[in-house]
Amino acid sequence: MGVEGIPVTKHETGFITTRLDEVIRWGRKNSLWPLPYATACCGIEYMAALSSIFDIARFGAELVRFSPRQSDLIIVAGTINYKIGPVLKRIYDQMCEPKYVISMGACACSGGFYDNYATIQGIDQIIPVDVFIPGCPPRPDAMINAVVKIQEKIDTEPQRGPRRPERERERSR
Amino acid sequence: MKDLDSIIEQVKERFGDAVESSDRPFGDAVLTVRKARIRDVLSHLREEGFDFLLDIAGVDGLHLGRCERFEVVYNLYSLAGDMRLRVKVFVPEGDMNLPTVSDLWGSANWAEREAYDMFGFVFEGHPNLVRILCHREFVGHALRKDYPIMKGQWATGTSDLKPDLERE
Amino acid sequence: MAGSQEMDPKELDDSGPPRDEPPAPVELDIADEMSLDDLDVEPMYINIGPTHPATHGTFRLFCKLDGERIEKAAVEIGYLHRGFEKTAETKNYTLVIPYTDRLNYCSGLVNNVGYCKAVERMLGVTITPRTEVIRVIICEIQRIMDHMICVGANLVDIGALTNYWYFFNAREKLNDVLEALTGARLTYSYIRVGGLAWDLPKGFEENVRAALKTVPKAIKDVEGLVKKNRIFVDRARDIGVMSAPDAVSYGFTGPCLRASGVNHDLRRKKPYYHYDEFDFDVVIGERGDVYDRVFVRIEEMKQSLRIVEQALKILPGGPINVEDKNVVLPSKDRVHSSMEELINHFKLIIEGVKVPAGEIYDAIEAPNGELGFYIVSDGSGKPYRIKVRPPCFYLMNGLKKLIEGHMVADIVAILAGLNIIAGELDR
Repeated sequence: MGVEGIPVTKHETGFITTRLDEVIRWGRKNSLWPLPYATACCGIEYMAALSSIFDIARFGAELVRFSPRQSDLIIVAGTINYKIGPVLKRIYDQMCEPKYVISMGACACSGGFYDNYATIQGIDQIIPVDVFIPGCPPRPDAMINAVVKIQEKIDTEPQRGPRRPERERERSR
Repeated sequence: MKDLDSIIEQVKERFGDAVESSDRPFGDAVLTVRKARIRDVLSHLREEGFDFLLDIAGVDGLHLGRCERFEVVYNLYSLAGDMRLRVKVFVPEGDMNLPTVSDLWGSANWAEREAYDMFGFVFEGHPNLVRILCHREFVGHALRKDYPIMKGQWATGTSDLKPDLERE
Repeated sequence: MAGSQEMDPKELDDSGPPRDEPPAPVELDIADEMSLDDLDVEPMYINIGPTHPATHGTFRLFCKLDGERIEKAAVEIGYLHRGFEKTAETKNYTLVIPYTDRLNYCSGLVNNVGYCKAVERMLGVTITPRTEVIRVIICEIQRIMDHMICVGANLVDIGALTNYWYFFNAREKLNDVLEALTGARLTYSYIRVGGLAWDLPKGFEENVRAALKTVPKAIKDVEGLVKKNRIFVDRARDIGVMSAPDAVSYGFTGPCLRASGVNHDLRRKKPYYHYDEFDFDVVIGERGDVYDRVFVRIEEMKQSLRIVEQALKILPGGPINVEDKNVVLPSKDRVHSSMEELINHFKLIIEGVKVPAGEIYDAIEAPNGELGFYIVSDGSGKPYRIKVRPPCFYLMNGLKKLIEGHMVADIVAILAGLNIIAGELDR
């Protein structure tokens, strides 16, 4: 995406001035490090989005890091059932701020067509979600669109301070 | 290698009235055996060459109008003779204990755990009879017909697996 | 093409001593007051998963380690249990088809075929010759795609990343053909009870042939990188060995059973859909280690290419659905113009296909092994009980035996060679 979108002022002496927020924003949105939390079929479509035909690397989000300490975007791709719910919550809590959540696929958004005793009806019951992708499974193009939407979301948010102040207040209680 | 009909005849002769019936729905061979002698019948069949235990299925016959509510179906296959046989046992609701066959076939280990998890059959002698598909805090048995399908149960954490290590 | 990492063919034979013999003990020079027996040695317990790249997200291993070697392991699954069997009891037979897609989602159409085959046998309908051959073509293409994902992911877990891209590119070409046919990319739901959802589009055969041309090249690239590669052979030969009697006892089927040397393939033993007329070899391994499992799959891909070629040659014309109004929906133009067809359509949609009461077990040779469906019917349009016999469940059962005694790094190689797909494992 280049440096477009950052308001800079070029000076004749060879310096550029801008705001700190803008630079942090530019860095964060163009190098999202995803944690693919792929449990089911949507994981295969996520793998296809990483492959060279759909190529999510164009948007900077190709460096998958399977550790929550090293990633800032968790992509929940697949059904989350009651057994793995506590694990997902723990992984989300272990990520460092600022962290973004993409809920990929019908099962993660709302339980999908598994409306029964085993499946959590939507991961937003346990963690806050930023972007929902419908589809069963969604095309890799939709996955890339979601990453672009996260980038647009980053554009609108202040970059210093906690992302979700109400959760920070709750945790420190 | 004997053929399937002679093996079934031999089982009927040897075990007498422990064998309740044998028929061929849709062309598959099915033997129905009494619960008390199921392990003897299965070990006899294993010696006769049924070296594959493909699957153990539980069925809740609540709406099928039978006298005993549950049934357990052992799906056997013989590699050398290329024969398939299903052995069924009817299990009443009050007494769901069955002998394990996990020492005869390695595949019975997890198959019995799943039958326990989904229906509540207790396989005596099983090395590690704990839930396998539902989480360990789950109460009830999910595939029974009287378990409401929409009733989810939250889990509060992951389970401790150290006892499992020692047991199996 | 010889590289510095390629092994000399003489080195590949195993007439020498086994490679992983422990080294001879070293004499240590220690003082008299202390001996090695006084050292306090405790076993270490580590937990692998469920969030771990090599576990493919969905199962958990708890291991007791003695240094780097695994003394004991406990495997826990169930992290993708979605209640398929209970949900299937509330839907009619046709509505269960999308759920079967998500069992082994790398080859969704094969699960559809397995399920519909069982229901059709219970109904007593014989599908048309054209549908039989189309189902064979689709199943073999899916077999190639499934093996590509398995081998690609297996090699990535061992550290050979490039093969994944070679295979995925070829897989995308095949997926494009299936997308043009069914409309979906991964969960196709194209097969119906009694036939197919719709007929092949124009140009399907040419597209399949063109897409299949990319597969031999991808296989050749991967084999060239991996087959005689010293690193791969050291990591895969004699690792995770399962002997033939043990494999049979644990209920292994499919490529993992054939890698252990057992000649068992349902396409040969109990042929369905003209498989006895096709000329293909059943690929059998020798030792049952990771190396054999990977190469049995690669060879099976080559055999599947042969089957698809032959099937395309004999593809007959004719209808794709059986002429049975109790099973197959009438065509839409007749539904809108004739009263009987309208009522027939209505009854089939609302009540479902009525299957005679009884029980049946029917199996198909899925890419991962014997995928069987045990269906109990009470005579209505909804199945009373469906039990899936998942091949992965029994492979995973044997994992504990496979990894004990090996090192932690071998877990990854062994696990990936078994091709565990959680949708099928946990249902």
